Amino acid sequence: MLTALVLIVAALAALAIPAAALRRADVVHAGAALLCGAGGVVALAGLIGGAETDTVRLPLGLPWTGMVLAVDPLSLWFLRIVFATGTAASVFALADPPAKGREAALATPYPLFLAAMALTLLAGDGFTLLLGFELMSLASWALVLARPEDPESRRAAVLYIGMAGLGGACLIPAFGLLAAPGMDLTFESIRAAPPSGMTAAAVMALAVLGAGSKAGLAPLHVWLPLAHPAAPTHVSALMSGAMTKVALYVLIRLVFDLCGPVAPIWWAAPLLVLGAVSAVLGALRANLETDTKVVLACSTVENIGLIAVGLGLALAFRATDQGTVAALALSAAMLHALNHGLIKTLLFLGAGAIQKGGGSRVMDRLGGLAQRMPWTTAAVVIGAAAAASLPPLNGFAGEWLLLQSVLAAPRVGLLAFQIAIAIVAAMLALAVALAAAAMLRLVGVTLLGRPRTPRAAGAEEVKRPARFAMAALAVLCVVTGLLPGPLLALLDPAVRALVGGGIAANAQWLVVRPAAEVPGYAPLALLLLMVVFGLAVAWIMRRRAVQGVVEGPAWGCGFISPPPHLPFGDPAAQYGAGSMAQPIRRMFGAAVAAREDVDMPQPGETRPARHDAVWTDPAWTFVFDPLARLRDVIVDRADVLRGFTIRKMLSLVFATLVLLLALIAMWEHK
Amino acid sequence: MTLLGAILTQILHVALMLAAAPLLIGLVRSVKARLLGRRGPSVWQPWRDLLRLLAKRPVIATSATPLFRPAPAVALVATCTAAALVPSFAGGMLFAGAADLLVIAGLLGLARVVQAAAALDAGTAFGGLGASREMAFATFAEPALLLSVLIFAMLAGTTNLDAVAASLRDMPPGLRVSLGLAAVAMLAVAVAENARIPVDNPATHLELTMVHEAGLLEYSGPDLALWDMQAALKLLLWLTLLAALFVPFGMAPEGAGLVGWIGGLLAWVGKVGVLAIALASFEVSIAKMRIFRVAEFLGAALLLALLAAVFLFVSTGLA
Repeated sequence: MLTALVLIVAALAALAIPAAALRRADVVHAGAALLCGAGGVVALAGLIGGAETDTVRLPLGLPWTGMVLAVDPLSLWFLRIVFATGTAASVFALADPPAKGREAALATPYPLFLAAMALTLLAGDGFTLLLGFELMSLASWALVLARPEDPESRRAAVLYIGMAGLGGACLIPAFGLLAAPGMDLTFESIRAAPPSGMTAAAVMALAVLGAGSKAGLAPLHVWLPLAHPAAPTHVSALMSGAMTKVALYVLIRLVFDLCGPVAPIWWAAPLLVLGAVSAVLGALRANLETDTKVVLACSTVENIGLIAVGLGLALAFRATDQGTVAALALSAAMLHALNHGLIKTLLFLGAGAIQKGGGSRVMDRLGGLAQRMPWTTAAVVIGAAAAASLPPLNGFAGEWLLLQSVLAAPRVGLLAFQIAIAIVAAMLALAVALAAAAMLRLVGVTLLGRPRTPRAAGAEEVKRPARFAMAALAVLCVVTGLLPGPLLALLDPAVRALVGGGIAANAQWLVVRPAAEVPGYAPLALLLLMVVFGLAVAWIMRRRAVQGVVEGPAWGCGFISPPPHLPFGDPAAQYGAGSMAQPIRRMFGAAVAAREDVDMPQPGETRPARHDAVWTDPAWTFVFDPLARLRDVIVDRADVLRGFTIRKMLSLVFATLVLLLALIAMWEHK
Repeated sequence: MTLLGAILTQILHVALMLAAAPLLIGLVRSVKARLLGRRGPSVWQPWRDLLRLLAKRPVIATSATPLFRPAPAVALVATCTAAALVPSFAGGMLFAGAADLLVIAGLLGLARVVQAAAALDAGTAFGGLGASREMAFATFAEPALLLSVLIFAMLAGTTNLDAVAASLRDMPPGLRVSLGLAAVAMLAVAVAENARIPVDNPATHLELTMVHEAGLLEYSGPDLALWDMQAALKLLLWLTLLAALFVPFGMAPEGAGLVGWIGGLLAWVGKVGVLAIALASFEVSIAKMRIFRVAEFLGAALLLALLAAVFLFVSTGLA
């Protein structure tokens, strides 16, 4: 199985060659779809077959260890997320018209991006993992810079490469600290001698920073809303749906696996705090943004926050020897990672379809697309309902498990921890409610209502491959929502290896229990009840209610009818992206420093009145702007160096040399 | 025998809930009218209205999308499913194992989101107004509700409503500060969820002050009947839920016979009746608040629920 996976990854990477030589994007996308599909089947078969840990050593990479590739249930689970979303995104891309010139050149980094994600997951040593991780950053950066002439795109790419650099700058020293004697970076030797004390804590902090910045954990999330929308649709789908999950995998691998099975309880704190803050901030921003893809990227920040809270809880439970509850929290986080991967890929593809059919990404230029794009509408409505965590879809299943592990958390016993958990629980519920509002706003403004532009009124449904990709993902969202039990059973070996307990015994086909002997979540029973009531309502409406309808203009409480040159009514006389956000902006505006600027002309003036709603992400205000000022100060100070004479310069170089030699001497002495 | 009892109670429970929901609305309206010195319509009037609406041909806006007509059915189905899970007169119903508090909250959330989407569907200004406000209120109500659930989960060890009700019923009587605070928080959430005064006025005729009703302005005929039934059922569901959680006494336990059921039925009718009269008296004695004061009202509920959780942590820590 490992051989098959390695061959698939190699073939994916090799796809870049015909892409660069032939400039045929369609060949690349078809090939990537086939290879990802095959990879998904292999990974799923491995999970179902109860895969053993398997390792292979290739004569590449570092001269003294070579490149170690390995699979275990944990990497298989995440491989499946990458391959499933990769297949759908590649199929969706097949609907694109044949690309020419520079657009076709974009097809080169795409298979490399997929291969790099898979390589990160297959890595069996630190060097390979970092190689895959950095290759993933680089390939996706090339894709983010798809339109270099666009200043927004350039800004996004600069910020993105900076954040990717930060990720590398944190992860490389983390592996340096983990390395076994003789710079042995293979996971096996690291596991044999896990770090302890301050070293382990430093590794954990670096992992949270490095992997967290890639996953989009606040306050390092600022690049997501800029970079994810800048890439072409199928790439932004993968960046949100799959790449953030690869970053989570690195976090889990480092913190849960390589740092050893013992970790103090306070390790949970950074993940719980950053996770809860990300969840609320992401969901709040999703309610305020006006670009469909930016809304989705913010919603990714929210979901990554939820998953991080699950990981933090799992650490806390593991530290207090509650294996079963730790397994519940970790399973919830990993199940939600899969669910979110599917949901977010679907929604990004839907946003791409809306952009293609309706001509815009800006919500206030769309509207009423449900009339003209039934397939896209059906898929996006299912995806949005799942993202709003409505039963019986998969978003709810994941969040139900997550909330169950939060509700079990007071059992840890420390009063301070319990109070923190109560606040985290309230923040999670707030985030879930805000996410529902954001998804409603997304669907309500773009798909429902009346068209806001002639282009939206003349929208066209997307081509077959795109429809097929979205429909398949929508079906997957429903199926994984109805069958969380078997999925948790597949997860069990991975979870058991990491926290020492499992919940497979409590996860059956019909019902998922948070603990033994306790009632649980029974999605199929809910479905049965819903079907029965649905049939009853349908029967009453057919038999007892009057048939037929009268069509008329919308009543709107007696609004005057629109002028004849506006056949769809006055598009401004309905709620838009800004007005839908208004109550939430007023209620939670303090968190994002929201302000309303009203410019009212004096009587007699003929200029129009203006009403601007402005807000800023606190991450910019409190983290990045001070950092930028600090950078400017340091640069100013360092500028003194340029005025140095040659003697001063030479003595500086000499002093540096002496310092480095002294450091090496101290190191050797130790 | 137990299975037969479970099936029987489940069917009876659903039938009772569906039949009683419009009557409850009628009761609240009639009590309110009496308190205001009017005679008011009979308690059967909501039922008559529903049947009359079923016979009226609906007018659909030309700008409505294909999602407009299925919306009320979906919301009603979600509410019916939730109502089937909340035990009224007897515990241990057929679907008791699926009656999770978070699931019930999720199903009510589904109904709320569908209603807000339907409000936006025709593309009128008032629909958007109602939808945006309703979703904003929920952002405060959900955390308060989850913290109350946290308290029940700590007391009963599960979030299953049937098990929580049973364990609270068997608990030794005594004053519980946490439960009292949680009860106040849940009452506030219930008022907001059901669009009652002081959060929203169910009888208003001024569109600008509407929240729930504003979303239904474009609906007529049988579709409107489904919405009215959904709202009525939601009110009954919430009152039954509050009764099951905070005054679970009198509810027939699992496997009780006919006598137990009759006792449970009387207790349920009594409890819901008292809650309905209390709701009506509360509504006539208070004015609707400004829309952005609602955030403070529900924020206070959230703080009470948090306080209740902290009380519980401290008291279990000391015990």
